[in-house]
Amino acid sequence: MAVLLIAEHDNKSLKDSTSKAMTAAIALGGPVDILVAGHSVRSVADSAAKIAGASKVLLADDPQYAHQLAENMAALILELSGKYDAILTPASPSGKNYMPRVAAALDVAQISEIVSVDAADTFTRPVYAGNAMQQVQVPSGTKRVITVRPTAFKAAELNGTAAIETIGAAKGPGTSEFVREELSKSERPELAGARVVVSGGRGMQSGENFHLLEKVADRLKAAVGASRAAVDAGFVPNDYQVGQTGKIVAPELYIAVGISGAIQHLAGMKDSKVIVAINKDEEAPIFQVADYGLVADLFKAVPELDEELKKQGY
Amino acid sequence: MKVLVAIKRVVDYNVKIRVKADQTGVDLANVKMSMNPFDEIGVEEAIRLKEKGVVTEIVAVSVGPKETQETIRTALAMGADRGILVNTGSQDVEPLTVAKILSAIAKAEGPQLVILGKQAIDDDCNQTGQMLAQLLGWPQGTFASKVVVEGDKAEVTREVDGGLQTVRLTLPAIVTTDLRLNEPRYASLPNIMKAKKKSIDEKTPADFGVDAAPRLKVLKVSEPAKRKGGTKVKSVQELVEKLKNEAGVI
Ligand SMILES: Cc1cc2nc3c(=O)[nH]c(=O)nc-3n(C[C@H](O)[C@H](O)[C@H](O)COP(=O)(O)OP(=O)(O)OC[C@H]3O[C@@H](n4cnc5c(N)ncnc54)[C@H](O)[C@@H]3O)c2cc1C
Ligand SMILES: Nc1ncnc2c1ncn2[C@@H]1O[C@H](COP(=O)(O)O)[C@@H](O)[C@H]1O
Repeated sequence: MAVLLIAEHDNKSLKDSTSKAMTAAIALGGPVDILVAGHSVRSVADSAAKIAGASKVLLADDPQYAHQLAENMAALILELSGKYDAILTPASPSGKNYMPRVAAALDVAQISEIVSVDAADTFTRPVYAGNAMQQVQVPSGTKRVITVRPTAFKAAELNGTAAIETIGAAKGPGTSEFVREELSKSERPELAGARVVVSGGRGMQSGENFHLLEKVADRLKAAVGASRAAVDAGFVPNDYQVGQTGKIVAPELYIAVGISGAIQHLAGMKDSKVIVAINKDEEAPIFQVADYGLVADLFKAVPELDEELKKQGY
Repeated sequence: MKVLVAIKRVVDYNVKIRVKADQTGVDLANVKMSMNPFDEIGVEEAIRLKEKGVVTEIVAVSVGPKETQETIRTALAMGADRGILVNTGSQDVEPLTVAKILSAIAKAEGPQLVILGKQAIDDDCNQTGQMLAQLLGWPQGTFASKVVVEGDKAEVTREVDGGLQTVRLTLPAIVTTDLRLNEPRYASLPNIMKAKKKSIDEKTPADFGVDAAPRLKVLKVSEPAKRKGGTKVKSVQELVEKLKNEAGVI
């Protein structure tokens, strides 16, 4: 089965999610080509070529792919689609944006956010905010169009030496254009791939108070996340949101502070290896999934945690 | 201009669903159903565009069983002008099917904008709007947190990895809503009464030449692996000690 994996990147570096999706692609059992579409992305293609299991890297370097506009991405992928039996990409905001267009044009159902490849035609994906797992089978002879939940797969090794082949741009429809971008800058690791995540909820009371969490996060080299309530209240930017409709994370350690544990929030973090909850309400549902629960006022506990970590040399 | 809003009837977001013992699906008997939260946001956005004088008519469309009437009534009570129910009986429909039906309706109705939710909270697919855009050959502004219509363009601010991205689309176009686009209103009692007189057209997928049979075969639906709640710790010191020595994660 010939497989096309579309790389996720920001034109500068390749995202880890790509090598994780690669593991799903390899499980389908065929040669896997990786498509890198972007602008000035030679170095991204170089990184993609190192992903073990890649047969070759297709490089489409063109200004029209600089912002991964769905219309243009879909046109390019469709041009390549004839040669492949399966097309995959990480279930990131970008992949989710263009991939269903590809599926619709090919007249197939997309399989969203798979968490396992059970057979070359059978996949499992969460539904109802992860409260049920659905196993689906693709009819034989149809192309598989899939988005992969990166946290569910181990990253492929980076010792490959695939060749890079430059391909031309496809003709986009020209009905959409990029206007601007406001990206939050952070020195901290990215939420999606961080080993440790410290998240705050409505209990934080203000954006100012998130500094308490940031201090702890910096000691643990952690990313900072948030509940929807904290984002809606304007404490932190939208891309901090963890949950059913935000980012899905599965770090080694997730620390939830002042978060009640609504199902929509749990959907985004319950696959973390170790969960810590700090909440003053001992009945808060978050304690039902926490490995270590501390019933305490966060305004006392978080500074104490910072002190203790400092004392221990973190 | 006319706007089409796609609304889905789903299990209310407050309900903790149960997987059926025979693993054929989720138990929907006597479960509270509501409009998909993202679709309420879609209806609200259409109403706001109408209040601004940009939009003249709002058509609410839903694909589902007969009871979906109620969901359409809710949209009408909020302020949509008329409804279209595409009755699929007890058949589960996939996003591709819904997109095909919506595409046929869009061709017949000629809206300048179709607003959908970014994701239905039951299937969590996040596909329908994008599929519809492709089928119609229209541009899309997904995960919208702001929509500004000016002349024959729509400027859509989107929630993306790392922040916000703004794109300019040539109308007609598709918009899918994110949570922060607006806060939907509640229908007032007089408006609920008025909504009873608004019309809902009933159709079937066959009226649009669409085969509603699912493409994917659901082999089973199972419970996710359960997490056990762990222990409570008494102090921050104990917490750090446990994370270090017991869990070994710091
Ligand atoms: C369609 C839809 C999608 C959604 N998607 C998401 C999503 O992706 N992610 C998400 O997070 N939510 C999502 N939600 C919202 C979700 O339902 C909850 O409303 C939200 O997660 C609540 O956030 P919270 O826990 O911060 O706030 P609350 O539920 O208000 O909880 C605050 C907690 O802080 C504690 N607290 C307060 N003060 C202190 C203190 N001083 N010390 C210690 N503890 C304190 C309280 O005891 C309480 O438990 C979604 C909802 C809908 C309808
Ligand atoms: N059966 C349906 N009837 C009407 N609209 C739907 C239906 N299914 C999906 N949609 C629309 O498509 C959006 C995304 O759904 P999905 O792709 O299933 O996650 C929803 O928020 C609705 O706006």
